[in-house]
Amino acid sequence: MTAIAPGTHVEAHATGSHPAHPPTNTGISNEKLAMWAFLGSECLLFGALISTYFLYRGRSLVGPTPKQIYDIPYTSVSSFVLLMSSLTMVLALAAIQRGDQRRLRIWLLATALLGMTFIGGQVYEFTSFVREGLTLKTNLFGSSFFVLTGFHGAHVTLGIVMLLSLANLSARGKIPQEKSEIVEIAGLYWHFVDIVWIVIFTVVYLIPSPGLHVH
Amino acid sequence: MSTQAPSADPSIQDQQAEHGLHPTEATYIKVAAILAAITAVEVAVSYWHGLGDGIPPVLIILAAIKFSMVAAYFMHLKMDHLWLRRLFVTGITLAIAVYIAVFLMFGVFQNRIHA
Repeated sequence: MTAIAPGTHVEAHATGSHPAHPPTNTGISNEKLAMWAFLGSECLLFGALISTYFLYRGRSLVGPTPKQIYDIPYTSVSSFVLLMSSLTMVLALAAIQRGDQRRLRIWLLATALLGMTFIGGQVYEFTSFVREGLTLKTNLFGSSFFVLTGFHGAHVTLGIVMLLSLANLSARGKIPQEKSEIVEIAGLYWHFVDIVWIVIFTVVYLIPSPGLHVH
Repeated sequence: MSTQAPSADPSIQDQQAEHGLHPTEATYIKVAAILAAITAVEVAVSYWHGLGDGIPPVLIILAAIKFSMVAAYFMHLKMDHLWLRRLFVTGITLAIAVYIAVFLMFGVFQNRIHA
């Protein structure tokens, strides 16, 4: 039988003496590594959606065009809200790393609330666009815009579910300080959703778009 | 930027030593303030028609700065394990390379030049 070297991760795992130590060769827990691998693959998904939007820019034969319907000040406020939710998320992580359960819940709920505000803003934006005649089927701009921002919105919604679940787990005393990595992993997902929006906000909303495609 | 003081709990100390210290709350707030300021500059630049063709590159540079700051400080890539940085950068590099190839295939840059 192979002896377990004292002081190694394997020993710690076998004896359960150091639950904070990930029993892996790299020293990174499998959950965290999996989340980063997932986020790396998500870059390709959102890269595909953003590229499709970019390819179809200015190729619509009928309106409405981005110039006619975008409300930049409104979307800027939404972007600011999502950006600030990243701050509340790291404050939640800092709280659990200090063992402050109350502040963890406050910041998690604040993050979820900011996320819901962002989603509410997106629903309002979609509704007003549809009222102005832009649907998924209207033109190439409508198709690529709704698919891209819709996918992003779905990711934010999933993130909100995660945050509320974490707040619930914390209320039931199931996230002790030594398990703070759970909050960190959920935070990674949330920040990723934020950085994707940083790109969408610039590429889709702020960079001036050409008008209708004329042969 | 300052970093968090080590925890009194030995198991947390081990974790912090292993993954590198995370920034303090004050650092997070400073980073968020810088991000908010950059967003305001981005919006101002988008309305600054005098910049002409300079608007897209300026906006892309500002977005890249915001992206890097969130990844480095909020996602802790600056102080976390090098492997994680490599994993994420590989995903981004692959995505950029694949989609630039797609753009070239569809003649996107060529169309922009002719327009």
